[in-house]
Amino acid sequence: MSRIFVRGEGAVSPAGWSVAALREAMARDEPLPMKELARPGWDRSLLVRTVPPASPRPAFMSHARLRRASPIAHYAVAAALEALGADAAGLANGALRLGIVVCVMSGCVNYSRRFYNETLKDPATASPVVFPETVFNAPASHLAALLGTTAINYTLVGDPGTVLQGLALAADWLLNGQVDGCLVVGAEEMDWITADAVSRFTSLCQVSDGAGALYLRRDTAQGPAVELRAVTDSCLFSNHQTRAQAARRARAELSADGAPQLLCDGLQGVPRMDRDEAAAWHDWSGARLSVKKTLGEGLMAAAAWQCIAAVDALRHGRFAAANVSVVGCNQQAIAAQFARTGS
Amino acid sequence: MLFPVPHKAEFSRVVITGAGVITALGQGYKVNAEGFRSGRVAMRRVTLFDVSRQRVKIAAEADLPPELPRTSLREHQIHRMDRAARLLLLAAHEAWQQAGWTPSPDLPLVLGTTSGGMSLGQDYYRQAINAPQSRRQQATRVLHYQAQRQGLDLADAFGFHGPITIIANACASGANAIGHAWELVRRGRAQRVLTGGYDALSHLVFAGFDSLQALSPTQCRPFDAHRDGLALGEGAAVLTLETLEYARRRHAEILGELVGYGAATDSHHLTQPHPNGDAAFASMTAAGASARIAPDQIGYINAHGTGTPLNDGAEAAAINRWAGARAGSLPVSSTKFSIGHLLGGAGAVEALVCLMALRGQWLPPTSTLETPEPACAFPIVRAPTDAKLDYALSNSFGFGGANATLILRRWA
Repeated sequence: MSRIFVRGEGAVSPAGWSVAALREAMARDEPLPMKELARPGWDRSLLVRTVPPASPRPAFMSHARLRRASPIAHYAVAAALEALGADAAGLANGALRLGIVVCVMSGCVNYSRRFYNETLKDPATASPVVFPETVFNAPASHLAALLGTTAINYTLVGDPGTVLQGLALAADWLLNGQVDGCLVVGAEEMDWITADAVSRFTSLCQVSDGAGALYLRRDTAQGPAVELRAVTDSCLFSNHQTRAQAARRARAELSADGAPQLLCDGLQGVPRMDRDEAAAWHDWSGARLSVKKTLGEGLMAAAAWQCIAAVDALRHGRFAAANVSVVGCNQQAIAAQFARTGS
Repeated sequence: MLFPVPHKAEFSRVVITGAGVITALGQGYKVNAEGFRSGRVAMRRVTLFDVSRQRVKIAAEADLPPELPRTSLREHQIHRMDRAARLLLLAAHEAWQQAGWTPSPDLPLVLGTTSGGMSLGQDYYRQAINAPQSRRQQATRVLHYQAQRQGLDLADAFGFHGPITIIANACASGANAIGHAWELVRRGRAQRVLTGGYDALSHLVFAGFDSLQALSPTQCRPFDAHRDGLALGEGAAVLTLETLEYARRRHAEILGELVGYGAATDSHHLTQPHPNGDAAFASMTAAGASARIAPDQIGYINAHGTGTPLNDGAEAAAINRWAGARAGSLPVSSTKFSIGHLLGGAGAVEALVCLMALRGQWLPPTSTLETPEPACAFPIVRAPTDAKLDYALSNSFGFGGANATLILRRWA
């Protein structure tokens, strides 16, 4: 038995704090409104899409580990809890070994910027409360603490394609019997310095934040299920392979078996950034969902939203199989395939 | 394809055929082995950034050579590499040369780091604040700050194509990376994997540990009853791992064997281990199970041993519990007094220390130890010691409760 199923999914995005909110925003097919983010030293603001405040405030935010945590941890936890559903309650007794893979690109940038700013002003008074929250694996740690899990827990850093690498890693852990279930989370948080950094490459890209989580198991719940069918190789951008070549190679690796009818791509309406992926999939004749056009460039979170949009569409019976294409910022092109199954 | 992959019924044995390292002790295997064996302390006043307002002013800085070794990297790529990337490349080059590897399209790279090119991130922020209208070099800093860029530099330097996996599990990152690489090889996902850990000293991280008052204001003394903190360092270690069959087929010199890996999560506190060392115990137990060996077969433990009161106490409890009756005669030391805590590089360098000890049949001392912590049921190696040992175990623990253990075997 080497099948891997998506047991649940969760999302926090500029559309709101649930997969349903993401689904509704995608159904409206209109870019979500942007807001202005002040950038120190500039007269003009940066335009971004951010996660709206949670209302009501989720109960987990009062957990001792999460009261002072930064938004990225809150997003990751909220998405993970939605993905886990009822299984979350059974974790603390140790009956289920839950692996955790959290993927980030910018990571805990709010506290990192704040702590470095304090350091520059006077390192002697920099806050010891802030520093630990700067560490890449702080969100994964908070999530494990909240769930009461002690199983293997990795934080992966890379460009957005890393989320799909995380799915393959989780599948490996499950098939090896190292864990009984595994969460794969992609998460980012908004900060002017991230938006500023992206603006160095294009002024047309609107950064956003949030998280997406997929809960993988070897077994299914009752009724129709969604299966992870394939994750391609990670096709690196290097001196030997351009981004365009990598995108084409990733696409070529995906099987046409099962006739995927949906493509969840990473196009965002910025020609220079979309060019390589658009070329690789130029002859795609099925349906397309481009979550970034609606939700913005959420980096690692956006790659997770792409997967969630695909899984959600399959779960609701709109398609039998779906491809996800992630042509990352500066590391890799990679793709995945999901399929609906009756067993 | 990363998934699905053929399931392999039997595990492959995983051997080490190349090992490269750079620390404050120097560049290269030999000088580091001599330093660890003699217990040399390589601390000095920090010169990389201003520490005049810090509580602690010393660390273990590495000396980088003026030139990087010749690789396939282009001049502009070399020019853009930051300190962390250079440390990593130097260690990788030594390992690659020693292994005699040739480029391959499907060679995975698994790295551990906590902060990648943090110094570039700091430069970016300072310019963004002090000269907000200036775009000079900012795009380059954005790209090269990210850890995947340092991985891509290695891929370009040696002509392989990945995939690249970067594990950022705080101070266990390097051990997790090597452990993950070991899993890839032994389960047949790859015949060989380039793996290791690295981190360069940075002002942000130094100030962070200083703010926590985790840095020793005197001298780093792991497992000392009067220990008062850790010392930071920088460096990198890289290993070439391959299946025994592959290494034999190409008549490679085998340096050692990696036989076990365990990982566990401590959810007690973001920065403090559970006082009983529960996750450390679980991690050592898992590593022993995967290696199929018992504690009485272990000849040496390179402890995480940071020198902080909380870490060493919890680790001592975990080792006592895990080793049981064997604890009373199981030599343990920590080498962080010598080269500092290398954070994402620590687990990789300390795995290499175990390899050195196994190959040389000696035990690296904790030479700054004065009064052993009474909670330690095990003997702490305090002076250069020759020994006969077949297995060595390395512990790495990190913020966020990341715990990882590696077990290495002597190749004879």
